Amino acid sequence: MPSKIGMEVSVAIGEAVRLANADVIAAYPITPQTHIVEHLAELVADGKLDAEFMPVESEHSAMSACLGSAAVGARTFTATAGQGLELMHEVLYIASSMRLPIVMTVVNRALSAPLSVWGDHSDAMAVRDTGWIQIFAENGQEVVDNVLCAFRIAEDRRVLLPVMVHLDGFHLSHMIEPILLPEQGEVDQFLPPNQYPLPLDPNKPVTMGDFGPPAIYTETKWAQEVNLRQAKEVILQVWNEFGDTFGRHYTPVECYRCEDCRVLLLTMGSFSETAMSAIDKMRSEGNDVGLIRLRLWRPFPFDEIRQAVRNAEVLIVLDRALSFGGPGGPVCSEIKSALYQSGRKLKIVGFVGGLGGRDISIAGFEEIINRGIEISEVGSPHEFEIFGVRE
Amino acid sequence: MRAFESLQGRFYGDEEAIVIDTAQLVEIRWHGRGGQGAVTSAELLAQAAIYEDKYAQAFPSFGPERRGAPVQAFVRISHNQPIRNRAGVTQPDVVVVLDPGLLSIVDVTSGLKKNGIVVLNTTKQAEQIRQEFGISSALAMVDATTIARELLGVPITNTTMIGAVVRATELIKLESLFESVRRRFARLAERNIEAMKRAYEETVVEELAIDQIGR
Amino acid sequence: MTKSEDELTWKDLEIASIVTEPGSASKYKTGDWRSQRPTYKFKKCIKCGLCWIFCPQACIYQDDEGYFVADLYHCYGCGICAKECPTGVITMVEEGE
Repeated sequence: MPSKIGMEVSVAIGEAVRLANADVIAAYPITPQTHIVEHLAELVADGKLDAEFMPVESEHSAMSACLGSAAVGARTFTATAGQGLELMHEVLYIASSMRLPIVMTVVNRALSAPLSVWGDHSDAMAVRDTGWIQIFAENGQEVVDNVLCAFRIAEDRRVLLPVMVHLDGFHLSHMIEPILLPEQGEVDQFLPPNQYPLPLDPNKPVTMGDFGPPAIYTETKWAQEVNLRQAKEVILQVWNEFGDTFGRHYTPVECYRCEDCRVLLLTMGSFSETAMSAIDKMRSEGNDVGLIRLRLWRPFPFDEIRQAVRNAEVLIVLDRALSFGGPGGPVCSEIKSALYQSGRKLKIVGFVGGLGGRDISIAGFEEIINRGIEISEVGSPHEFEIFGVRE
Repeated sequence: MRAFESLQGRFYGDEEAIVIDTAQLVEIRWHGRGGQGAVTSAELLAQAAIYEDKYAQAFPSFGPERRGAPVQAFVRISHNQPIRNRAGVTQPDVVVVLDPGLLSIVDVTSGLKKNGIVVLNTTKQAEQIRQEFGISSALAMVDATTIARELLGVPITNTTMIGAVVRATELIKLESLFESVRRRFARLAERNIEAMKRAYEETVVEELAIDQIGR
Repeated sequence: MTKSEDELTWKDLEIASIVTEPGSASKYKTGDWRSQRPTYKFKKCIKCGLCWIFCPQACIYQDDEGYFVADLYHCYGCGICAKECPTGVITMVEEGE
């Protein structure tokens, strides 16, 4: 029976990839992802992981190498952050539309300029449309568990799509916390070998990444969209199976003390944990508030979100990214769009905070909730509220 | 021992603790210089607590760093509740100072809780420290530099000081640290363990200054 | 695939539109593109194979007698074979009606 060990989350990710027996790791180092790839390089060098470690010359090359690796049916892993994710941007679309199962942990980092190595979600939000399955983790254990699930989901015959597991830079990646690593036997049972149905094989030649003239492009994109949406079913099945096997259950949207709440806060990533403490405090003081934590970002869990807010009157959304000149927070604008369709009349107040590694304390969350309630009552001339800016 | 008792009172149901999940939470801030191993000591302490089945976390002040620059590391230990706060520790219960030279350039007691304690690597007496740096909280002192020089051959005090922290707070059993130290240091482990033990023996804990009692 | 490009529905597509029929590009009648065609005086041919090496369409083949000749279904009349032939076997002439 394995017990919890105190380890750095980045190192734990490396251990998860080792347990998953990845075949190819092609990566380029970038703060704050470096400890993941350094540990993996050590594991490969020490013979503890039988994999090909490709130290490529840039993130663009890393993802390109991953395309090739996944195309021949190898279990493929990479990791990046911030500017690195942006550098591989064009290749991300190719990975998903070529239906290649690649698993990537993205250590969420703010985008320059000014240069920031600290955490926020701007890098993740910039890749919303790339067609990858995207999961946000709240703590170290969730990252480890979801890396294992990611391989299973990505390589499933019904999915065959790349998966990103997002974790907050520094606040998760560099944190020493108690981690429970499953045993190798359990992982082997949970993760069957990768069997890509149409790999590049000289004995059975295929052509990948062909031209798509106007006559056919729309059909290819619709096929891709239907596939990503249907992947949700597989994600739920895998999470259920993971829960039954390892005892930790994950769902697309988590409700924390939010049943029948009048006021709800929505967060994503490690801020959710601090927010939970704030909710506890406010409830102990008699406030009717709850928390929704969004875990599955793509495919977007429309049903679960609509279900979670069905009884609320006020929804306060905290974004850790800013869409300049637009509706403010990307998550908030997507939630608004999802709820507009359902005809649900709900006061939604968007906040943008925690940019570039700025912490939000328990008191900060209380302030956000109180201000959000106030705005829901008196209105605001602004599209969204920026939290914590010194004026 | 007054400081020890007051610290214990801090842990269990202190009237200051209004937030439910921090009633059993201890927050520690380490002060060191880049390259002195402050982050390592924080990690070792957290790992030992996890080894004892407690909840713990450790992390450095985030960002690019360089040798010699003042750095901070943080530890949170909870006896029975998962720790959800990931922000930096701004109101520590315990402050650890690896390098006495930092006292004149960093306000190490910033945010220190009322019943908090400063664990200090120093050769000076409590009276001197209180006068020179205006520290009125409980103090735990040990000459870690000498211990480190004698047992490790270098004035790197990070592992030595963990012994002092344990002595001052009794947060974990000293033995729990040995496992994480052995895993981390391999052939240098035993010497580091000796240094820890010696600091544990030699640390002097001084309660609040006379004029602070009763506040 | 019996359906033309314009008729394929999204459900007809293979995963990621992978093309599973190797060499399917050879179905394109690129011979329709040419405005000139190669003609041959095989008396001069030394069967060196240079035209075969240089043809960008890879449409030159060796006949039963060993002479190299372009397959007119695919030959798009670029004239590179005529240019490279060391003995002047090939002459490009305007394509007839």
